[in-house]
Amino acid sequence: MAAATVAARAGERAAPSGPRRALLWAGGLALLAAGAVVSLLVGAGDVSPGALLAGDPHAWELVRLSRLPRTVALLLAGAATAVAGVVMQMLVRNRFVEPSTIGTTESASLGLLAVTIWAPALSMTGKIAVGSLAAVLGTLLFLGVLRAVPIRSVVTVPLVGIMLGGVVGALAAYLAYRYDLMQTLSAWLTGDFSGVMEGRYELLWLVGAMTLVVYLVADRFTVVGMGRDVATALGLGYRGVMALGLAVVAVSSSVVVVTVGALPFLGLVVPNVVSMLVGDNLRRSLPWVAVLGAALVLVCDVVGRLVIRPYEIPIGVVMGVVGAAVFLWLLLRKAPDVG
Amino acid sequence: MTATASAPAGAAGTPGAAAPRARSIRAEGVTKRYGTAVVVDDVSIDLPAGGVVSIIGPNGAGKSTFLSMVARLLPSDGGRVVVDGDDVARTAGDVMARRLGILRQDNHLAVRLTVRDLVTFGRYPHTKGRTTAEDRAHVDAALEYLELTDLQHRFLDELSGGQRQRAFVAMVLAQDTDYVLLDEPLNNLDLKHARAMMALARRAADDLGKTVVTVLHDVNFASCWSDVVVAMRDGRVVAHGSPQEVITTEVLTEVYEVDVTIHEVDGRRVALYYT
Repeated sequence: MAAATVAARAGERAAPSGPRRALLWAGGLALLAAGAVVSLLVGAGDVSPGALLAGDPHAWELVRLSRLPRTVALLLAGAATAVAGVVMQMLVRNRFVEPSTIGTTESASLGLLAVTIWAPALSMTGKIAVGSLAAVLGTLLFLGVLRAVPIRSVVTVPLVGIMLGGVVGALAAYLAYRYDLMQTLSAWLTGDFSGVMEGRYELLWLVGAMTLVVYLVADRFTVVGMGRDVATALGLGYRGVMALGLAVVAVSSSVVVVTVGALPFLGLVVPNVVSMLVGDNLRRSLPWVAVLGAALVLVCDVVGRLVIRPYEIPIGVVMGVVGAAVFLWLLLRKAPDVG
Repeated sequence: MTATASAPAGAAGTPGAAAPRARSIRAEGVTKRYGTAVVVDDVSIDLPAGGVVSIIGPNGAGKSTFLSMVARLLPSDGGRVVVDGDDVARTAGDVMARRLGILRQDNHLAVRLTVRDLVTFGRYPHTKGRTTAEDRAHVDAALEYLELTDLQHRFLDELSGGQRQRAFVAMVLAQDTDYVLLDEPLNNLDLKHARAMMALARRAADDLGKTVVTVLHDVNFASCWSDVVVAMRDGRVVAHGSPQEVITTEVLTEVYEVDVTIHEVDGRRVALYYT
């Protein structure tokens, strides 16, 4: 009797497995698919399922040029931003960091701004490269400052990041103001998918591919998340994984910033929720992070399209509201009781 | 198998000589400083493979620091550690990881893992992430050894301190290395599990031929379960030998600076220092 109760309790608190996991997966994918279909149909122009089935060329044209690219961009950017968040959390070993809370996003936009001002003729790839480089430098600066800060409580780490991001952001704002690029900067820092069209989002596929690479070496990131000592004890090349992680985070941040604009809090909220549901073994949790990240972005974008139809609220605003609320909840939530 | 009291450290031979690959952990003048404080002071010691070795000493004696340098988690400021003929600081990380595993004192993890996940990561040096049936067998055995089979799907942050401690030991065990370093493995463990832990160390040494090096605070566990006891104080090795040689009134009084009397109970040496 007692043993049965214990077993039942153990089962209830254990990581989801077997049928329950399959059910969760089915639910997640269904949500994603439904979101994608809605995203194809909703917007300023009229696209109804009936018209599509009837083969209305105008409706199909709209889907091909605008709705499909937008939906694909939402999926890729959402998944990549959430994954970049979880990677950053593993590298820093802190739940409350992500590219937009540690200055990576701001650094990327500063780099991109510099290119726009002083080397406007550079190709898109070149711009992204400079933006990524700036993002790496900004992140390294954060890690350096972190090493120098003597007291490292769970909350100081994101605070240091937010301050650093503020400084870099101010620098970018100053430059943008002087060179009359405030609008451009604002577009980078506020996610908005309304301008996504065929030919303007394809770089996001690169970011999607990088997300796949992260999945292939997921175990390494988990081990790094267990700390330098554990990584050394298990014979993992700590520096190599750090470098790969930084590169992934930097490139995906700057590509997302350039193509659709930053998606605040996404990389924070999704990994934390997934961690509560299935834990942090990335081999298992990363697909969840990607799917939920994509789904959340889809939903927020569709909401933004519906609220003040036929106009749109940029997704960055919707995400900011939703994300900040969940972030606060995560911070204030009672810490799990550890006996 | 009973390890004999090992030779004095000085007999280890000249450092750097192309000696045959002795199966041992050998420290040659290992030193660690923090600022002006010397935490580990020119320690030279030779621990031949096999058996259970316990390092005892007061707080701040440098035991854990020494063990961390052996496990290459901490770079030394002087000297070197050689395991089976290879300098730990100069050998490829994954090679060392298949030879030497360590349980650290501080096992707080920021990541949320299940017990089984954690123990499976102990196989990482062998699998690089692709677990085979053999790996799963190792994991099952390690879980079984530490009585964690029923808890294997629980998250670590839902366990008690003692259960978590055992989970980390299971991880080291799953790593299946010749040398197993345990930094205060009895932390958080009650009498039953502390005894089981030492019995496990004994079994790993006797049945599986492993070399278990532990840092212990309880001199009586060290006395009753070890083949070799190393006593440290102020970063130096004060005494090194069998329990009969080290667990003595003179050595313990000098090392711990308290009055200790030694009693022989059923052939085991027990130190009394409670009153």
